[in-house]
Order: sequence, then structure tokens, then C-alpha cells
Amino acid sequence: MKSKNILILIMLAVLSACSVDSARPKSRAVYLLLDTSGTYTRELEKARSIMNYLLATLDSGDSVAIARIDSGSFSEKDLIAKATFDQRPSTSNGQKREFKRKLDAFIDSVDTGSRHTDITGGVLQAVEFLKETAAGEKYVLIFSDLEEDLVRGHIRNFPINLQGINVVALNVTKLRSDNVDPRDYLQRLEAWQQRVDQGGGQWRVVNDLERLDSLIAKR
Amino acid sequence: MFNEILTIWSDQPGLSLAIWFAVLVLIMYLGRASSHQLIRSTGRSVYTTMRLASRSIAQLRANLVQRNTEIILGFGQQNMERAIEREFTRVNATVAKDLSAYPTLHRQISDTIEKIQKDYHESSQTPPLPPTWIEAIEAISAIERTGDPAVSGILDNIQNSIESAHKETLKVYQKASLDRQKLLGQMQPEWGQVAQSLTKVKGAVDGLNERADVIDQQMQRYEQIRAGEDSAARMLTSSSLTQFFIAGLVLVIAALGGVINFQLIAMPMSEMVGGGSYIGSMRTSDIAALVIIMVEVAMGLFLMESLRITQLFPIISSMDDTMRKRMMIITFSILTILASVEASLAYMRDLLALDREALTQSLSGVGVVEAQFRWIPSLGQMVMGFILPFALAFVAIPLESFIHSMRTVLGLLVVTVLHGLIVLARLLGNMARQVSKILISLYDLVIMIPLSVEQLLGSAMKKSKKTSSLDAEDSSLAKE
Repeated sequence: MKSKNILILIMLAVLSACSVDSARPKSRAVYLLLDTSGTYTRELEKARSIMNYLLATLDSGDSVAIARIDSGSFSEKDLIAKATFDQRPSTSNGQKREFKRKLDAFIDSVDTGSRHTDITGGVLQAVEFLKETAAGEKYVLIFSDLEEDLVRGHIRNFPINLQGINVVALNVTKLRSDNVDPRDYLQRLEAWQQRVDQGGGQWRVVNDLERLDSLIAKR
Repeated sequence: MFNEILTIWSDQPGLSLAIWFAVLVLIMYLGRASSHQLIRSTGRSVYTTMRLASRSIAQLRANLVQRNTEIILGFGQQNMERAIEREFTRVNATVAKDLSAYPTLHRQISDTIEKIQKDYHESSQTPPLPPTWIEAIEAISAIERTGDPAVSGILDNIQNSIESAHKETLKVYQKASLDRQKLLGQMQPEWGQVAQSLTKVKGAVDGLNERADVIDQQMQRYEQIRAGEDSAARMLTSSSLTQFFIAGLVLVIAALGGVINFQLIAMPMSEMVGGGSYIGSMRTSDIAALVIIMVEVAMGLFLMESLRITQLFPIISSMDDTMRKRMMIITFSILTILASVEASLAYMRDLLALDREALTQSLSGVGVVEAQFRWIPSLGQMVMGFILPFALAFVAIPLESFIHSMRTVLGLLVVTVLHGLIVLARLLGNMARQVSKILISLYDLVIMIPLSVEQLLGSAMKKSKKTSSLDAEDSSLAKE
């Protein structure tokens, strides 16, 4: 009778331990969009440090992808590299090295920017990827000046479902016209914030790349 | 609502409050006897209940104290029996080791003594003394040689032959004396041998005497415990408390060792079971590392049990020797394998840390720096990984002491708690009685005005009664 009670207690303890899901760290998925249009290509060097930060922060089981924003970004062809880090730390480190190598190769290969800028297409592609990963925390990082310039005929003015996704605009540079009328810059930011909020996502802007620590919470 | 009730008598709150107070005083005055009864009986019942509770707890405490004493004495008796048994085993070992050769030694000593005796007898055979011919020679030498050459020749011959005979006899005597000296000389090492053998025997006997003294002391304590003497119980209790704290301290040290061990193997474990899988809120790799440490501790427990150092599992200590020996070999082998696994995991941890460091350096754009003497921490970690499981195996010894002494300590703790409850119950009972008295006085204080009126009326009525009775007496006297 006594041993039966002990067995039941142990089983209850194990069950309660298994049910504490809230304390379990969630897996993370990050999609980095790099603007390769026009003069923004000059900013790409900064993207290297962002990706290095991400690679150092993400752990086994987390997913990461990097894609470029060009004239038509809603395409798998724009994907530069993607990985879901292995459960084994040694393999995961190897994946990170390979990822870094691909990014370095891409940045070195970019010399001329694309004619148009399809940010929405890139975000749509990112949302698809992030949903597939089924990660607990999802991030879309947009490394761009947020100035969208679509190819004639491309339709992007519809709401995007960004439920449960954190959208972070990084290094939103000011355009020459913004200096003439800064309201353009503010309107651009506000328009994107509205779009993200309407889609159910969380909007954030990080312009100071020295403050990347606040981008993704470390475990 | 409250304001409405307050101002029910008048719009002026003060006046209304005064009326309410008067009503309250009136009601309290009317219900004075019942209220006093209620307060008094409540106080008394709480007091009685608390007294009853304190008595019950005291009874329980007494039972527990007796039970604790029985347990302590039983445990002490068991320990003492074990100690005495160990002493007897030591005596047995001493007898087997030192005194088993006693018959041979005895024979050696007897032989030596016999030889000494024989030599002594031989040396006691005194050689014949040379005859006292000196006087004869002197007498012959003193005879005057009258000139007769024949007589002189005869006398000289006699003197010469006597002298040569004397020399011969002296030589024989000297040789015999020399032989005796030689025999006595031969006896000397044999005396030493006898002395040596006797010293050896003395040492063994002295050792046995010491053991016998120890056994005597232990037997005395054992008898005290068996007799259930208070001094023995007190001594055992204090010994249990000391053991509890010392064993607790050692267990804390072992736990810290376990934490270090965990840190050594938790990270490389993620290479085996994955770094991203979780059971509940814990990483599977952490749980796996903990399980390995727990298994090591369990193996250590079984090893100590099979070595009969601890006696936590009676089934193991009661196994036959062959089975116990097998179990010992198996547990020791598993422990060694686990220690080797830990050593390799510790090495892997070092490799992973290096890899991670190199990756971080390459990500931050710094060239990978080759650290010098990296092999020293690597080797240190491997050695620690191998040693810690064996060190943890010894945790069984303090654990046994801790568990055994915890029983006594918990018993003492419960007795103390019960004692506190007794004091509390008595305190509450007395407080209830005193509070009921105070409440009765306070009650009377509130209704002091009607009470005073009642007292005045009562005294006036008494006076009038007295006067009327006196008047009645006077009138009756007058009638008479």
C-alpha cells in the first residue's frame, strides 16, 4: 500500500514536470530580409554584423534564413541561405560556419542594386517560412530604408497575416528626400507600423546597430 | 445604511449616539446575568479544553520520548554489538597471526633451554685439580746434595719427573677450563634467542591485553545500554546529533562535487541526446547528466553495501560471500565504465568549448587565437571526470549516518514541537480564563450607571426594611 502511494506520487511529480510548458524555452525562427536595391547596397556590410550576432545568439533547434529584397521578392530564388540548427552542438556550429560562408559570398558578389524594391513580397515569403518552422518565437528582420518601389502591375496593397510575428525594421536610413521633408520618413515608418499592427504582428524599429542585444532575448 | 441607523432617534448624531448607548446599556443591564454566565462558561470551557489538549499532547510527548529512547538505545545496542564483534574479530586475527605459531615457538624455547641445560651440565664437569706436588718438589729441591753423585742424580731425576708430571697435569687442567669457557660462550646466543622469543610472546600478549581492555569498556557500555540507563541514552543522543551535523556537512560537500560533475558532463551530453529537446522545463541533456550522476551514486551505494562498509540494504549484507563478491565486481566495473564515460565526456566538453570559442571569434571577425597549454585544462577535466564518480561512491557512508541520525534528530524535533504545543495550550487556556474575567469586569464597567442605581436602591430598600422591622418590633413590644 505504501509503495503504491509512493509510485503514484512519483507519477504525479513526473506529470506535473511534463506539464510545465510555460517554463520551457521556445524555439526561435528568424528571417532576415536584405534590401539590395539602389544605393542601399552600400549598407550591406552592416548586415554582416547583424547576421553574426544572430548566429552567435541562436541555438540548437532554432531556424534562420536570409533573403534579398529585389524587384520581385516573393520568390524562393531570393533566398540566400537557410538552416535549422541541429540538436548536436558540434553539427550546429558547422551549420553556422556554412551559413556565414554563404552570406559572405553573397555580400561580396553584390555590386549593383536592383531596379525596384518589393519589401511586401519579401515579408510574405518570410511569413511563409516562419509558419513552416512552427517556432515559438518568430522574427522578420527588415534591413532596408522601407521605401517600397514596385514593378508596374505587381499587387501588394492587401493585408498580411502577421499573427505572432515580430517585425523589426533595422537600419532604416533616411533618403535624400527625407532631409527635405522629414515627414516622409515618419510617414513611411507609420505606414509600415499600421500594416504590421493590422496584420496582428509586433512592430519595432532598431536603427542603432550597437543595441542589437535587445533584438532577440538570449537564453 | 450605518448613518440611517445612527440617526434613527434624532438628526443630531451626538444625541442619537447617546440614545443608542443608553439603549445598549439598558439591554446589557437586563441581560447581565446571562451574559456573565456566557462569558464565564466560555472562558472556562476554553480553559478546560486547552488543559485537556495539553495533557493529551503531554501523554503523546511522553510516548514519543520513550519511543525515541527505545530507538536510540536499540540503535546504540546494534552499533555496540557490531563494535564488540569487530573487536573480537581483531582478537581472533591477533591470535591467528601472532599466537598460532606459539606451539612452534614453545618448542623452540624448550629446545633452546634443553640445550642450555645440557651445555650447563657439561660445563659443570670440573677438571681434576693438579696434585699438590709443589711441596714434594720443594722438599726434594731442599735436600742437600752431599756429594754422592748417584744420590744427587737420583734426586735430580725425581725432581725433573715430578716437575714434568706437574706441567702435564696443569696443561690438562687448562685445556678442560678452556672447553668449559667455550661451552659457556656457545650458550650466549641461545639466551638471546630465548629472550627474543619471549619478547615476541610478550608483545602478542600485551596486544591481547589491550584488546581485552577495550572489549571490557565496550561491554560496560553495552550493559549500560541494555539496562536502559539515562546516561547511555543521553550519550547516544548527543552522539547522534554530532553524527547528523557531520554527515550533513559531508553530504553538502558531496552535493557540491555532484554539481561540478554535472557541469562537466551536461554540455557534452547534448551531443548524445540533443541540445534542443526538453522533458518538462528541463533539457533532456541535463536530465541525462543527472541520471548518470545518480546511477554513479547508486552504484557507489551498492559497492559500499557489498563491501559491508554500510548496511542500508539488509538483503545485500545477508547475501552469501560468493554472490556478494560478484556484486562487488559488477558494481565496481559499472562504476569504472561510467567514470571512463565521464572522462571522455569531459574531454568532449573541452573540444566543444574550443569549437564554440573558435566560432565566436570568427563571427566577431577576430582571427582564431591558438591558446597555449590547452592540454593542461583538458587533462585536468578528464582526470576530474574520472575521479569524481569514485569520490561520489563514498557518499554512501555519510548518507547512512545521516539517515540513521536523522531518525533521532526528527524525534527530538517532534518532541520539541510537542513541548511548545503543550506550553501554548496551557498559555491559551489561562489566557481565556483571565480574558473572561476581564470581559466580565468590562461589561460591568459599561453598565456601571444602572448598577450604581441598583446598588443605591438596594441599600435604601434594605434600610427601609430594617426600619420597618424595627418599628414592627417596637409596636409588638408596646402591645405586650
